[in-house]
Amino acid sequence: MGMIDFQEKSDLVSMPKVKTSRKVTDRVVKVVIIAFFGLALLPLISLLTTVITRGVGRFDPTFFSSSMRGVVGAGGGAVHAIWGTLLITGTALIISAPIGIAAAVYLVEYGRGKLAKLLTFLVDVMTGIPSIVAGLFAYAVFSIILGPGTRSGVAGSIALSLLMIPVVIRSSEEMLRLVPGEQREAAIALGSPKYRSIWRVILPAAAPGIVSGVMLGICRIIGETAPLLLVAGFTDSMNLNVFDGRMATLPVFIYSQWQNKGTDSVAYEGRAWSAALMLIGIVLIMNIAAKLIAARTQKVR
Amino acid sequence: MMTLTTTEKTTFTASKISVSNFSAYYGRFHAIKDINMVVEPRAVTALIGPSGCGKSTMLRSINRMHETLPGARVEGSIRLGAIDLYGADVDPVAVRERIGMVFQRPNPFPTMSIKENVLSGVRLQGNRIGKSDGDDLVEMSLRAANLWDSVKDQLAKGGASLSGGQQQRLCIARAIAVKPDVLLMDEPCSALDPISTAAIEELIANLRREYTVVIVTHNMQQAQRVSDTTAFFHIDGPGLPGRLVECGATTELFSNPKESATADYIAGRFG
Amino acid sequence: MFMTNQNNAKRSRVFFEASARFVVLGAGVLVMGGLFGVALFLVLQGWPAITATSGLPRNAANLWELAAPLAFGSVWAATIALILAIPVALSCALALTEYLPKQLSTTLGAVIDVLAAIPSVVYGLWGIMVLAPMLAGPYGWMGQNLGWIPLFAGEPSATGRTILTAGLVLAVMIMPIMTAISREVFAQAPKELREASIALGATKWEMIRMVVLPYGRSGMISGAMLALGRALGETMAVAMVLSAVPGLISFELLTSSNPNTVAAFIAQNFPEAHGLEVSALIALGLALFVITFVVNGIARKISNQPSDDAKPGLLARVKNAFVATGVRA
Repeated sequence: MGMIDFQEKSDLVSMPKVKTSRKVTDRVVKVVIIAFFGLALLPLISLLTTVITRGVGRFDPTFFSSSMRGVVGAGGGAVHAIWGTLLITGTALIISAPIGIAAAVYLVEYGRGKLAKLLTFLVDVMTGIPSIVAGLFAYAVFSIILGPGTRSGVAGSIALSLLMIPVVIRSSEEMLRLVPGEQREAAIALGSPKYRSIWRVILPAAAPGIVSGVMLGICRIIGETAPLLLVAGFTDSMNLNVFDGRMATLPVFIYSQWQNKGTDSVAYEGRAWSAALMLIGIVLIMNIAAKLIAARTQKVR
Repeated sequence: MMTLTTTEKTTFTASKISVSNFSAYYGRFHAIKDINMVVEPRAVTALIGPSGCGKSTMLRSINRMHETLPGARVEGSIRLGAIDLYGADVDPVAVRERIGMVFQRPNPFPTMSIKENVLSGVRLQGNRIGKSDGDDLVEMSLRAANLWDSVKDQLAKGGASLSGGQQQRLCIARAIAVKPDVLLMDEPCSALDPISTAAIEELIANLRREYTVVIVTHNMQQAQRVSDTTAFFHIDGPGLPGRLVECGATTELFSNPKESATADYIAGRFG
Repeated sequence: MFMTNQNNAKRSRVFFEASARFVVLGAGVLVMGGLFGVALFLVLQGWPAITATSGLPRNAANLWELAAPLAFGSVWAATIALILAIPVALSCALALTEYLPKQLSTTLGAVIDVLAAIPSVVYGLWGIMVLAPMLAGPYGWMGQNLGWIPLFAGEPSATGRTILTAGLVLAVMIMPIMTAISREVFAQAPKELREASIALGATKWEMIRMVVLPYGRSGMISGAMLALGRALGETMAVAMVLSAVPGLISFELLTSSNPNTVAAFIAQNFPEAHGLEVSALIALGLALFVITFVVNGIARKISNQPSDDAKPGLLARVKNAFVATGVRA
């Protein structure tokens, strides 16, 4: 009698026992995973707080109105680098957007067979090009054409285009493929030539998504440093001619402020952090705006 | 492309469509085989049959939409009056200008307003249209599609804001705004509720006065209600091409079918 | 007459049709040509250094002598980064897809994506001015107490500018890539399989182990390869953080004598380089290009392998969607 009781009890005890150990594993894994997730957020929090707290110090009118021409130690600003970034990125945009969108149209609307496959493969490869290699390429091209050692803003734009074009192609391709086939059929059945249905129906339908992709492409390149260091170089003064001479940009400004800090290192570091703050601000705002545009269009669809 | 004169157009409007020894393929798949039929002008012809029988392929071959799919090709001929639509010197885009199409699911252009949707065909064909001419055309087309009264105050709104039935009528307005000779309809009511369906059927009855209408439907009652002539398509087995079993006056075909397959189908024994 | 007699209209249409095709095809060819151009120009400009026996940077006897320690440094730094990033990235992906409530996971997922959008020069600045000083203390402790482990041997750096710090910064930079890709593939694990395993009495973790992880395996690998490519090519963060000794090959993690990486070496030496030195740096860039090309190619191969549900290219699509979100891959 007692034996049976005991055995029954032990069964009841031993079954939950297995369950408990499995439950414990489950719990432990959950805690570990959430802990690692929290760990991943730490660098971001640290980075953002540092950039903001150290960057606001020199976020003053002088920073946005003067260059570094003749400035040693405190004072000075990054207006030349801001203009350089605008000009070089803008030029890269002018080069990349049409080429990227047109290539995406080719892939989605015309591309069949080997050529399209090859292009898709190469675009894939291009997304993985290290940015410094893009810089070396632009350097090699310009030194063969214009002689070694030339530096110019447009060379920087060419290097950045190499990095931006694959982003534009990929995102535009994605957006064009989202346009329903019914739209294409409707246009063709109305007696529209293909090129006109692309221009009047398909591109307008994909436009917001393409714009958002181009904005993400800009985010991709606006913080690039290495290629610009190689081909656009650095200068303390304003240069508004992309075709001639060295041109400062915000990322290279950050690097050079940090690298060339003299005795008054606080002043140089302050400028570097302010430029970093501005750069991060631009990138984050454009990122969020691009995602909002993309989200809104998906809702409409 | 607007070089056509009115006389040319009228000679044409009365033209019948003759399909002879026509076959269509998707890659290696033979979709329809040896079709011979005549579509009378200014009448409604219904293409019926079980799914997969090739009725939609037949329809899409008439305005050369079939060939826009990769791997698609055809044999034989389809004539509109004296012109072989598949002739070597015939531009498929010009064929589609003259033979409009309405699809299974309403597909107004979402980026365009109601008005722009109606005018989209004119513009997609590369023609400019003045403001007052455009307004007239919009009103005329929307009236012809029985849509004018319900949308006349919201012409600037997006075409996608309308109900499903209204969207389909907008698509019909869009198709007739370019003044085609033939209107093809690929199961135009299958995505619609019964009330919208009735409205579209009424519209089809009106359209036959000016247009040659060819409609694909899986609904035999609908075919009986709207069509003058009915063509029954059928496949003899999986993987085999669809064929035209019989074609005749709708009342005759439904009351007194010549072929046993037709009789079985309309009696609901398969399909 | 109709259709046949509209030759003018037809001719102009055919012309426009052909021009449109020509334009978009031209853009495609231009892109392809651009990429071949990269390879071609790098070979042309780098060639003198490939064959040279003198005049190279660091007085190297030949290019290989120059490149070998740098290649080692690149691979070593990238390996450290990968080892540090993989568990964190997988945890993040699992937390986002499996554990956190949807609303929170959407927001935090976007926050992780922000990490990918931060420019590398800012990471460099943060790495050298915040992270490295912070780690100098712990490094000293590790050197004293764990110095018997060969990896932690040597005099610990007082500045914290070690290859471990560089690897940490790289890990932070590549983590979002792996997270984003793993997140996508985990989310696509079929609901029926999840429910089936739960119905069999599996706990959440067992369900993840049985269903989610196997389903996402090739995605995780391909994400890791893409991240590796990124870490190998990363320039500025390493150039700023690492205190490197020319030509050194060493596995020690905590000392102030560290091997340099290819990309950082190019960036640091290019502004003052002349003649054959420039050629040598370009040849190094060519090598980097080839390496990342191969690594990305492998990632692509893996991601294109038909997964269990025989959906070829699923992961390629994922990757494309991911690149399209602007995260730098």
